Amino acid sequence: MNEDVTLEILRYRPEIDSEPHFQSYTVPYREDWVVLDALNHIKDHLDATLSYRWSCHMAICGSCGMMINGEPKLACHAFLRDYRHAVVRIEPLDHFPIERDLVTVMDSFMEKLASVKPYLITTENKPLGDGENLQTPLQLMAFKQYTLCINCLLCYAACPQCGLNESFVGPAALALAHRYNLDSRDAGNEQRADVVASNEGIWECTFVGACSEVCPKHVDPAAAIQQTKISASLDWFKAQLLPGAQR
Amino acid sequence: MSRRPYVRKVKRSWWLGQRRYVLYMVRELTSLFVGLYCAVLVVGLFRLVQGRAAWDGFLAALSSPAGVLFQLVCLAFAAYHSVTWFALTPKAMPLALRGEPVPARAIVGMHYAAWALVSLIVLVAAGT
Repeated sequence: MNEDVTLEILRYRPEIDSEPHFQSYTVPYREDWVVLDALNHIKDHLDATLSYRWSCHMAICGSCGMMINGEPKLACHAFLRDYRHAVVRIEPLDHFPIERDLVTVMDSFMEKLASVKPYLITTENKPLGDGENLQTPLQLMAFKQYTLCINCLLCYAACPQCGLNESFVGPAALALAHRYNLDSRDAGNEQRADVVASNEGIWECTFVGACSEVCPKHVDPAAAIQQTKISASLDWFKAQLLPGAQR
Repeated sequence: MSRRPYVRKVKRSWWLGQRRYVLYMVRELTSLFVGLYCAVLVVGLFRLVQGRAAWDGFLAALSSPAGVLFQLVCLAFAAYHSVTWFALTPKAMPLALRGEPVPARAIVGMHYAAWALVSLIVLVAAGT
């Protein structure tokens, strides 16, 4: 028996649409298809004007994040069979402006990401001849989980604070800041603190926890932010209370 | 062609659609009742300072049906707040013992044990 699936997709073409509207497409049902396969079927056979981002089809490039029935998901990670016998409603990621159809404007995230200096900051320039910066498995374990972020921005779409406060640095960027702060080779904690420990940084987070629930790589940004709150508070108390500390 | 990105506004009802946001808002609401109960305790202190009659009146008000109902509602919200907070503690305070992470259940369990201990001390102190 030939079975079909109906996809309702939010369309926005700035040259002809004044605001976004839903458009329905009917695609064949396949047991092994993910939503991205259905979108590719539409693009190839039904409507070439549909725009969306994708690349790897294996949940590692982080390009195909979108709202699927109200939940932020990677389109390559959401099987059609989990939505069988129901209309699948697809929208661009929440909390980002729509550039076109399912494509969002990510500029604000790129700026926030850069602001937390997500790279190793060292105190001295070690010559290459001195060899590698060695790390024990225990030192690696301290931060490894936070290196798995693929910048897919599902966490920003899930986080109500990101929608309500545009200036909030947000889960992924703060998790990456935590990743470098925990790295035994890094000495950039103080340099990142201006952004990370500010009102727009960790203190805008109210621990909704949705970021960690939707993360396809199990990075757990909510944990990173709560841990940063504790360490930033301790840093503050040390700076205020310890004799001879810099204020 | 010039760009014209479309910005969607967050609706005031954003938290009503999904279970996880409703539960979060209930958790936020608990602070109101915890705050109200703290205010009642402060009032109690003032009544205590004003003398025996005032203090007895305060106790009588707490023992009235409305007073008992208020305390039960506050207890329910405080318990919800505590249970949801304890469930989140392994994220905020991960522990490692000899290089191995302590299981989340053990961290939550320690919080319940501390809660039970403190409650016991308060009950014993109130009984003497």
